[in-house]
Amino acid sequence: MNETFQSASQGEAPILELEGVQKSFGAVRALRDGTLSVRPGSIHALIGENGAGKSTLVKIVAGVHRRDGGDLRFRGESVDFASTAESKAAGIAVIYQEPTLFPDLSVTENIFMGRQPLLSGRRIDRGAMHAEATSLFRRLGVDLDPRRLARGLSIADQQIIEIAKAISLDAALLIMDEPTAALSGVEVERLFQVARSLRDEGRGLVFISHRFDEVFALCDTVTVMRDGAYVATQALADTTVDALVAQMVGREVGELFPKTPAPVGDVVLSVEGLTSAGVFHDVSFEVRAGEIVGLAGLVGAGRSEIARAVFGVDSYDSGTVRLDGREVRRGDPRGAVRAGMALVPEDRRKQGLVVEGSVARNIASVIRRGLSTAGVLTGSAEDRASSPWAAKLQVKTNALDMPAATMSGGNQQKVVIAKWLATEPKLLIIDEPTRGIDVGTKSEVHRLLSDLAGQGMAIVMISSELPEVLGMADRVLVVCEGRISAELDRADATPEKVMLAATRRNDQEVHA
Amino acid sequence: MTQLATPPTETPRSYAAHAQPLWRRALLTPEVAVIVALVLVFTWSTANVQAFDGPLTLYYLFLDTAPILLIALPMTLVIVTGEIDLSVASVVGLSSVLVGLLHQDAGLSIPVAALVAVLVGVVCGALNGFLVGYVGLPSLAVTIGTLALYRGIAVGLLGTEAVTDFPERWTDLAKQRIVDGSSYPVVLIPFVLLLIAFAWLLHFTPFGRGIYEIGLNDEAAHFSGVDVERTKFWLFVMTGAVSALAGVYYTLRYGSARGDNATGLELQVIAAVLLGGVSIFGGRGALHGVVAGVLLIGVISSAMRLENQTVNVINIVIGSLLILSVIAPSLLVRLRSLAGRTRSATPAPPRNDTGEAPVDHEERLQR
Repeated sequence: MNETFQSASQGEAPILELEGVQKSFGAVRALRDGTLSVRPGSIHALIGENGAGKSTLVKIVAGVHRRDGGDLRFRGESVDFASTAESKAAGIAVIYQEPTLFPDLSVTENIFMGRQPLLSGRRIDRGAMHAEATSLFRRLGVDLDPRRLARGLSIADQQIIEIAKAISLDAALLIMDEPTAALSGVEVERLFQVARSLRDEGRGLVFISHRFDEVFALCDTVTVMRDGAYVATQALADTTVDALVAQMVGREVGELFPKTPAPVGDVVLSVEGLTSAGVFHDVSFEVRAGEIVGLAGLVGAGRSEIARAVFGVDSYDSGTVRLDGREVRRGDPRGAVRAGMALVPEDRRKQGLVVEGSVARNIASVIRRGLSTAGVLTGSAEDRASSPWAAKLQVKTNALDMPAATMSGGNQQKVVIAKWLATEPKLLIIDEPTRGIDVGTKSEVHRLLSDLAGQGMAIVMISSELPEVLGMADRVLVVCEGRISAELDRADATPEKVMLAATRRNDQEVHA
Repeated sequence: MTQLATPPTETPRSYAAHAQPLWRRALLTPEVAVIVALVLVFTWSTANVQAFDGPLTLYYLFLDTAPILLIALPMTLVIVTGEIDLSVASVVGLSSVLVGLLHQDAGLSIPVAALVAVLVGVVCGALNGFLVGYVGLPSLAVTIGTLALYRGIAVGLLGTEAVTDFPERWTDLAKQRIVDGSSYPVVLIPFVLLLIAFAWLLHFTPFGRGIYEIGLNDEAAHFSGVDVERTKFWLFVMTGAVSALAGVYYTLRYGSARGDNATGLELQVIAAVLLGGVSIFGGRGALHGVVAGVLLIGVISSAMRLENQTVNVINIVIGSLLILSVIAPSLLVRLRSLAGRTRSATPAPPRNDTGEAPVDHEERLQR
């Protein structure tokens, strides 16, 4: 794999080099082969699907995580950052999508936090600080008052402050992790100008983005990652969007995801014009009995938010949700459960489970309202009701009173699914059904979803794993920036089409 | 990786309900520790403290701790959700003033005045509950505010005066014994009824399960359809109502309605609840432990009073006991992990018998 690496450089020594860097979290191998080579005076794009390992790679370079193996060299020397402070001190700056500034401090104070210039008697030299901040902004060509508070600054301005901070630290390498996601067109252009001027000063830049137009407009070199591993590095002048998409998704959608065709019945869920200001807009779709509808899209596109609104955990501004033709009250999860909905949420440990609670209590936590005899709910009634569901999902535990915290991620996910299947729902919304669980459990979950659809359940599946969506879903809805940007039938849904619809910036429809 | 999971048609397994034998589950709990402490202190005092076994000790113990016993019931539920209500003693004071004024100035009979006072207690609790549950403000801040507010109204209504003119029929009732000559005052009857009601609500209803879930993880509770806002609201309403009821009792028991009645009682209630094994972070605790906690504090105080100890000494002992009870669980965890470390220093067999990912049990216990 590595011999394909051909830097499009003029032969200058790379400032940052990663080779075969690995990182696992528990049973999940987030990064198998992190390989990247960034030259000074270059803007290097790093692209890949959600979960391709980009963020893990960045976090290793930034000192957030430590690598399990592989080589990491910065300015030619092998390094191993134990903290973000170490990586910062070495000259690496990371600009995140949403910077975290101190809102009640001035712009200048934010830039010089922790290393303010001092006068005698350890008094802070405000004059020198402001002067330096002003000159930094002049160098960046932006018009910002260094004395104003950071509160109320736009995200674009906050990023500029982070960049100013990086320059004042004389960072030789700037990594920008999806910096443009929350920016308007003008702001993006200003950011690009700043980035180009930094490049011309001879710094190395890494630009992570899902937007191909920006990648092509700004960068000179691109590295593609997939499934936690390096795929290819090439000059952007030598490649095309289609070629990149093929590299990003280029893997077989095999029998790992065995959705068996099931007879499709009546409409179960019908969502019309669902809107929540600033989150999602005019979302309409239907789901029929026996059908698995996949919601694909990038992280942050609004898929989970739509699911939460449909189920009533969050409220929404306008639109209607109907189950079996009857309208479901907004912002009322219990009403949604009564109507026959279930939501297996995205964050198992925070939303799906009470981890301190026992397996039995967790499984019974929705159905318990029907378990009382003569107004008395006993623990043994909960045990009796939850035991068959634990068995059905093959939850591995010694006893029903073991706390969920003691179980592996896959087993916890089974408990969450058991909890919701116990309500015998007509519609199951399942958000990231297999995130962070082992391969064996993964295919169990897939088989289960397929069986459930076969028994006539309507299923909405949100997943950031494209093969999972394409393998399981009868229909794929692609969500992009809070809108449904494409609807693709199983036969039409190709990785390329889904990726294009998910990364598209303008509003034209992509038709299947 | 190549082998897929076993087919789902495998014979369904059944599960043991409990991982540990009954005696361990039933006996090795903080609640039992408090009950044991109560029994020990009680028997020791009976044997060693002069006049402790006399006929009046238990009687006065119950009379004096009745307001704490009463308010500790709803307070337990509030603390299990992870909230707190510091305004209870002020509601006692306000209710006391209202009973006095309504009886003396408005000429209402005691039962009617008491009913109005309890309704005002409901309103007080509803304000707390609205601000905490629906507005989402922190209960610590809200109830510090209403502690001052309700106490201020109480003192404002009656000034520094006291109403002491209550019909003997009612003041006697507050001190009456269930059976002549027994140590049990009649106030225990409403207490036991409320205890049954709250024990049912907390331990034997879906609503009660929701209370624990809110305390452990309110977001997950919300995702399971628990109405977090409404639950908190009603718990504060109940606390207000029971506090007002305790205020009625307090007034008749001492035959005196004053604005500063029961000042500081909220801390005694909370101390007793925490001593009874309820976690201040929410999510754990049981009512039998709380009742034992209240009685433990009562027994220690009355035994020490009989030994002619001053209030200050009694407070020092009870304060130390409370601190001990709060640090005991984490101390236990520390000891256990120390023991585990020395064991794992020697070559030990793999401790994981389920083949699952490593277990983070301590995270749960550290709470």
